[in-house]
Amino acid sequence: MEKFGFTLSKGRVINYDSNDRSIADYILQMEPSFRSCIECGACAATCTAGNFTEFSLREFNILMKRGENDQVREHIRKCMLCGKCSLVCPRGVNTRNVIVLAKEAFQKSESYAI
Amino acid sequence: MQFDPFVIPFNIGLYFILFYAVIRSIIWFRDLSRPDKLRLQRGFFGRAFGQSLKEIFLESLIHKKILKTNSRLGYMHMSLAFGWFLLILFGTIEADFFGEKHLNPPYKSIFFRFFNPDHGRTELEAAYAFLMDIILAFILSGLVLAIIKRFSSKVVGMKKTTRLKTIDKIALTSLWVIFPARLIAESLTSGAYGTGSFLTGTLGGWLVTFLPAKQVAYPFWWLYSLSLGTFFLLLPLTRYLHIPTELFLIFMRNSGIRTGDKAGSFSEVQVYSCSSCGICIDQCQMNYAAGINDMQSAYLIKAIRNNEDTSMIAHNCLMCSRCDQKCPVGIELSAIRMIQRRSVEAENEFKNIWKGYFRKRNNIAQEKVNGQPAYKYLPEINSEKADILYFAGCMTHLTPAIKKSMIKILDASGLNWSFIDEEGGVCCGRPLMLAGNDKEARELINYNSQLIWKSGAHTLVTSCPICYKVFKESYYIDVEVLHHTQYIKNLIDEGAVKMNFLHKRVAYHTPCELGRNSGIYKEPKDVIRHVAILENTGYDDENSLCCGGSLGNLKISHQKKHQIALDAAARLTTKNPEALITACPLCKKTFLSATETRVADIAEIVAEAIITPQARKRQYQHSLSVKESADIS
Amino acid sequence: MEVAGQLASLGCQVTLIEKEQETGGHLKNWYHLFPDRRSSDEVAEYLNKQIDHDNISIYVATTILQMERKNRTFIIKTDHGKEIYADAVVVATGFDLFRSERKEEYGYGIYDNVISSADLELMFRKGELKLANGKTPGKIGLVHCVGSRDEKVGNRYCSKLCCITAVKQAIEIKERIKDARVFCFYMDMRMGGALYEEIYREAQEKYGINFIRGKVSEAGVTINNNLVVKVEDTLAGRPLKMELDMLVLMAGMEMSEGGRKIAEMGGLRTGENRFFAAADNHYGSNNSNIEGIFYAGTCTAPMTITETISHARAAATSVINYLKSGKS
Repeated sequence: MEKFGFTLSKGRVINYDSNDRSIADYILQMEPSFRSCIECGACAATCTAGNFTEFSLREFNILMKRGENDQVREHIRKCMLCGKCSLVCPRGVNTRNVIVLAKEAFQKSESYAI
Repeated sequence: MQFDPFVIPFNIGLYFILFYAVIRSIIWFRDLSRPDKLRLQRGFFGRAFGQSLKEIFLESLIHKKILKTNSRLGYMHMSLAFGWFLLILFGTIEADFFGEKHLNPPYKSIFFRFFNPDHGRTELEAAYAFLMDIILAFILSGLVLAIIKRFSSKVVGMKKTTRLKTIDKIALTSLWVIFPARLIAESLTSGAYGTGSFLTGTLGGWLVTFLPAKQVAYPFWWLYSLSLGTFFLLLPLTRYLHIPTELFLIFMRNSGIRTGDKAGSFSEVQVYSCSSCGICIDQCQMNYAAGINDMQSAYLIKAIRNNEDTSMIAHNCLMCSRCDQKCPVGIELSAIRMIQRRSVEAENEFKNIWKGYFRKRNNIAQEKVNGQPAYKYLPEINSEKADILYFAGCMTHLTPAIKKSMIKILDASGLNWSFIDEEGGVCCGRPLMLAGNDKEARELINYNSQLIWKSGAHTLVTSCPICYKVFKESYYIDVEVLHHTQYIKNLIDEGAVKMNFLHKRVAYHTPCELGRNSGIYKEPKDVIRHVAILENTGYDDENSLCCGGSLGNLKISHQKKHQIALDAAARLTTKNPEALITACPLCKKTFLSATETRVADIAEIVAEAIITPQARKRQYQHSLSVKESADIS
Repeated sequence: MEVAGQLASLGCQVTLIEKEQETGGHLKNWYHLFPDRRSSDEVAEYLNKQIDHDNISIYVATTILQMERKNRTFIIKTDHGKEIYADAVVVATGFDLFRSERKEEYGYGIYDNVISSADLELMFRKGELKLANGKTPGKIGLVHCVGSRDEKVGNRYCSKLCCITAVKQAIEIKERIKDARVFCFYMDMRMGGALYEEIYREAQEKYGINFIRGKVSEAGVTINNNLVVKVEDTLAGRPLKMELDMLVLMAGMEMSEGGRKIAEMGGLRTGENRFFAAADNHYGSNNSNIEGIFYAGTCTAPMTITETISHARAAATSVINYLKSGKS
């Protein structure tokens, strides 16, 4: 008889405890306003780079906070640092600094070097 | 030959500092680029030479610029610098004229009173002693101010003053001891011999009543010499290196040498020319409006001098250039900060004190991130052909009133124009440059340059000063780059567009990127005066404030930015203008939430004032009918 | 008005000072009220009856210039030169609506057919829901949190009732224009009142209103002069672009201008949200920092009409107790 159990597909699940959240921790330490993000998406909506390619700061923020860094590493350099995101954020998150710090953190951590 | 062992510390110090200055200057000269070396050589032999001497007198000695900004601080610096110069000058004359020989080693002039205690009895000698006493009193008055300033900066009207390291404190103490030591030493000697003038003679006369003056004087002469020697020996390790360095800086600057994109001799000379006077801290809006007081230019320069890590402090600046403008030494502070932003972390702080005499300069980084291009995803370039291009810029898209007004104005001009980034374009690149990412910025610059070139346009108009600056300075395109205020001014001058006069009282805020950073002051004001009544705010032209919204600061929190904006807006609207006019979308956005006064861009009031062809026709018809009814032929 | 009515019926002499030409505040600009869609005119009628009392004297179009306190009496000077003596004062200065032109990127006052929620209510009152060119709108978007929960305009707080208003107005639009496609762009759906969640469900199930979670970053116009919004569909995790015929901005509530002046005049404390700060958040929400001055209604915080009336009745009780304690 086949095993009739309840197994989560390992690829999709966010394994919160074992994920490496050091990138987000670095950002949180250097830029406290990163905590205030409510994922409203205004930053991603207004993004200059987002007009041309896949780039959603909202998505990257949540992924980093959950420790899912691979996707972020691939795309984070696409930012033009134009500052529109900082200008629309309703929580006053210093989004430009978040991106610069994320790039720094990736650079410093060998496993994620970009 | 008059000599005493006590002069040895002074001699050691003096010859050391002279030797050091020569070696240092040779190293700096050697490290200049070839064109700069030629410039400097020409600067020593041309008209620039006289200019440099004049500037040395006016700024290094008299400190005219500091006097203008803050008279008490200026007096303090002047009394010490100019006073000491006069003391040395007249002391040397004294020694050569009244002494036994006509060419004396330096110590003879410094310690003249010791070796010639009988001097001062004839009328001429007494007059000269009077002169020397005045100079000494002059120096001491400033010294008193300096001592009080160290403990309470409000005395010289400064809100904040620079913090000091230990070596600085020792050097400062030895500097402070020099002149009181001279005073007491001279007074005691004068008292013992009954010479001296109103200061030294009087004080000496009093001291002699209860002290064995001749014996007590000797240790004070030692103290004088020791304090001088210590000061000279420590000078290269402290901020007082600015004394000789500033002279070199003045010659370099007047020869036409400028700070480049990389660290070099000139940037280093500037770094060592900073006297830590604190004016940049005092005038910085981040300091007095937001309470941030650990990143101003004086601190950045100190960190560079000490080979500290400047990554946090370098990026925490609005890049408004107010400190550049106020700096009495004329250091290109913003340029130096940009050099720091471009570099990677500094080497470790030097531990060995001897290394401190010849510090290694920070080199410019290799690439901060990998060499791959970052913006390959940008689409192929398809430009609409047009004569005039309008580039709104990222920020203007968030202030659509400006966009709408510009469209109206450009349509009214009747020229063939195209809105090049109507659907949201590619960023101009300056925000990347401000963050120190020149290489990435260059990718965007290349892309936009292609866009502009392919359109065949001869003029590029932008409504954002940030974009204007980068288009003008860093894009290598063959078009005329105009800020929209300049373009509108052209339209007005050519009579291409007619405007009503709006009879509104307005105040103008000069954006940092347009004013101090690009030098455009006149055109915006001319345009405003053409349509409204422009009132001065007291913060005009080079003195303008920063709105606080700057993209130049990567680290500041939104709340602090808002505090700066509130403060600036309050200062600009004290006369209750009907509108606060700006020429930058970022300034407009920042001020909108900081004041109840209406905030509008120049384009908006111009658009309000424009008489469109239809309106003109109606006006003409109306005036016709009025003529008819009044029966005027 | 409710405070006045309650106090009058309990035997007090009440002087009602109103800044505008008529009493009633914003109520007369609304059409139907949530949660039950009853007409605002009915509530206005009720309130008007409340102040129709012999114990109440009403001054309209009157501004207060000065407010002083001598012992336990308050002396209030008006701009008509009148001096009013009172044993207690109730401040009920209400709120102002956030002026949507301050959120410039949404295009209020710049593009046609960008209106505020208040403008929409007026359209409902007039009985015409049309675009600027007279045509009937087919696609309508409502943007939540305009002027609230927004650092960039200086209002951190939530105005509480714009979400339920948006759902209500969305339903009202659908009732008038059967084939209209209505979209609500929200950051959160704050349905914290009685029957609110049920209305939200009804909006989805009965009226087919679409809810998209994402804060609209900016509105623009296309070449054909249609409105277009840029928003990130955060739940789908992708950017979304949509053309609309009409955009309704749910404007938040702010401390009223008149109230601010009273605060300065009387030394009354305001909170970080610039509304009056109550002396105690739980059992003293009608009390100010000055004995004898009380608050009623939205001058202290965003409130629904139901809450305002309850708050007013509580204020009346507080006043009566205060007056009693003074006499004893």
